[in-house]
Amino acid sequence: MAGVVVFAEVKDGRLKKASREALSIGRKLAQTAGGDLVAFGVDRAAAEEAGRYGAKRLYVAPLTAYTTGPFTTALKQLVDQVKPSIVLLAGTSNGRDLAPRLAARLNVGVASDVDRLEWTGGKLRARRPVYSGKAFATVEVSSTPAMATTRPNAFTAEEAGGETAEVVQIAGPASDDKVKLIETKTAEAEELTIAEADIIVSGGRGLKEATNFSLIRDLAHAIGGAVGASRATVDAGWIDHQHQVGQTGRVVSPNLYIAAGVSGAIQHLAGMSSSKHIVAINKDPEAPIFRVADLGVVGDLFQIIPALTEAVKKAKAH
Amino acid sequence: MNSVVCIAQVPDTEARIKIADGRRIDETGLKFIVSPYDEFALEEAIRVKEAKGGDVTVVSFGPDRVQQALRECLARGATKALHIKGESGSADALGIAKTLAAAIRSVPHDLLFFGKQGVGTDNSLVGPMVAELLGYPQLNVVTHLEVGEGKITAHREIEGAEEILEASMPAVITAQKGLNEPRYASLKGIMAAKKITIETKTLPDLGLQESDIHHQRVTVVALELPPEKSGGRKIDGGEPATAAKEILKYIREEAKAL
Ligand SMILES: Cc1cc2nc3c(=O)[nH]c(=O)nc-3n(C[C@H](O)[C@H](O)[C@H](O)COP(=O)(O)OP(=O)(O)OC[C@H]3O[C@@H](n4cnc5c(N)ncnc54)[C@H](O)[C@@H]3O)c2cc1C
Ligand SMILES: Nc1ncnc2c1ncn2[C@@H]1O[C@H](COP(=O)(O)O)[C@@H](O)[C@H]1O
Repeated sequence: MAGVVVFAEVKDGRLKKASREALSIGRKLAQTAGGDLVAFGVDRAAAEEAGRYGAKRLYVAPLTAYTTGPFTTALKQLVDQVKPSIVLLAGTSNGRDLAPRLAARLNVGVASDVDRLEWTGGKLRARRPVYSGKAFATVEVSSTPAMATTRPNAFTAEEAGGETAEVVQIAGPASDDKVKLIETKTAEAEELTIAEADIIVSGGRGLKEATNFSLIRDLAHAIGGAVGASRATVDAGWIDHQHQVGQTGRVVSPNLYIAAGVSGAIQHLAGMSSSKHIVAINKDPEAPIFRVADLGVVGDLFQIIPALTEAVKKAKAH
Repeated sequence: MNSVVCIAQVPDTEARIKIADGRRIDETGLKFIVSPYDEFALEEAIRVKEAKGGDVTVVSFGPDRVQQALRECLARGATKALHIKGESGSADALGIAKTLAAAIRSVPHDLLFFGKQGVGTDNSLVGPMVAELLGYPQLNVVTHLEVGEGKITAHREIEGAEEILEASMPAVITAQKGLNEPRYASLKGIMAAKKITIETKTLPDLGLQESDIHHQRVTVVALELPPEKSGGRKIDGGEPATAAKEILKYIREEAKAL
């Protein structure tokens, strides 16, 4: 019983960033827990990249689009065969779908959405934000294997300079007769999603109306970030709820979070205060958002945001 | 068409969290609510009942205070309620799922509804775990549901896209915001709810032991508040160009983001 298995998801021929992060922390855990870091996936083209992130082997199941049943069966087979100490999945939509299903089948525990992981005393120790970031729980996972889903952006993706992972083909599970994927509809203009973005520019009710979200979009576009939103703007129908940051939206921890016209209600703060750098623009000097902002700008977003967008564009042109 | 809705009772999202003994939250004076995503789950089940008939049974595992959450769900239109008594706070997600799965077995059902996440525990685990324990398909993070003859169609939210899935019944659905607009309880509903008895069960009633559930695979060893943010520098944005320059400087030099 040793080693670490990581579910390696591929998008457009590359490992997803969140999977690279999971592999990176998986490699560190394997160093203390013993055994190899290996990856599980459905695309053999990922072998070279998985190797660079430290995976010795890539186990490939003959599957295509993700559906819960066959992926659970395939990964369960692999776990039975490899007997790892740890199984990690990045906290993507599919990772979050697969982890609990697999854990229940293996009768093991999962620490979900963790932002720190450590192997000590033969156990996996994880830190995870609870109450949407209002508190942090340190949990110990004592089952074998110990499972965790990693919070996107919480771990650094670091190449280890390894050789291409050895590809091992694994048997294909029977197809699922209970669920059928009919169609995947991609948003027309594919926007960066807030869960995985390094930079988020968020707008609040201070934008006054839906069309003014273009100010936020322009800045996000210029700076290479995703568009976030407060719940008030989502409830008003100005923007889709996929963009909502907060306790009942996404809890995010990007490197840079820019909030404009967001008051900073407790439910919003819960979702973003663990961001590494926070800039807030609000005309009310008493707005609670300033309590968590590293740089607070008291002023009119309608003037400051366009000026900032211009300044960013100029800076990028140089 | 019978539905079961699993309801987690959680601290009010407005609440500030205090820590009791380094491992648990201090519940004194804390207001509890039905977990926000469970409201979407309940609403959807009520709509299915209104269209197709049948029962909506709400189930919650927890201490006596969860009866209040169940009562609220009855007032909104659930037809039956089951309280499984126990310290759900000392159980991990799989422990909770095992309890719920055992309870659900004795309730007639075609559809099982959960929140996509319990606001507070933030695990996003219990729904799919119950699906596995009962051998049902799971439709996770659902924003649209259609119930047809013997099968359901659901829209599932994924990164930057949406999947349309078809599943057989019984099935587990975890509700995401956007699925519907939850209704408030009407006065008539509140009165009607008072006449419904909340059934209670203990773990032994379900054939389970405390040791199956508590302090198993995942245990909390410490609970802490995040370091207090003191708030950083504040500048006057009266001059937009100057403010923009200052922000840009911060972004480049401190966040190193450009
Ligand atoms: C159960 C529950 C869950 C919730 N979950 C969430 C959640 O997940 N996420 C979330 O965000 N909220 C959530 N909320 C809502 C939250 O309580 C607030 O209502 C919401 O965050 C307020 O949004 P806002 O900051 O955009 O609007 P407001 O509070 O109205 O703030 C607007 C701000 O814009 C500023 N402003 C106005 N004009 C300008 C200008 N020209 N230039 C600069 N600044 C300007 C104002 O000073 C003000 O501070 C939840 C609430 C409940 C009850
Ligand atoms: N103690 C509980 N009793 C009933 N349902 C629960 C309980 N805990 C969690 N759930 C259900 O499982 C969902 C997901 O919870 P979690 O996995 O904790 O994020 C919740 O939205 C509820 O529908």
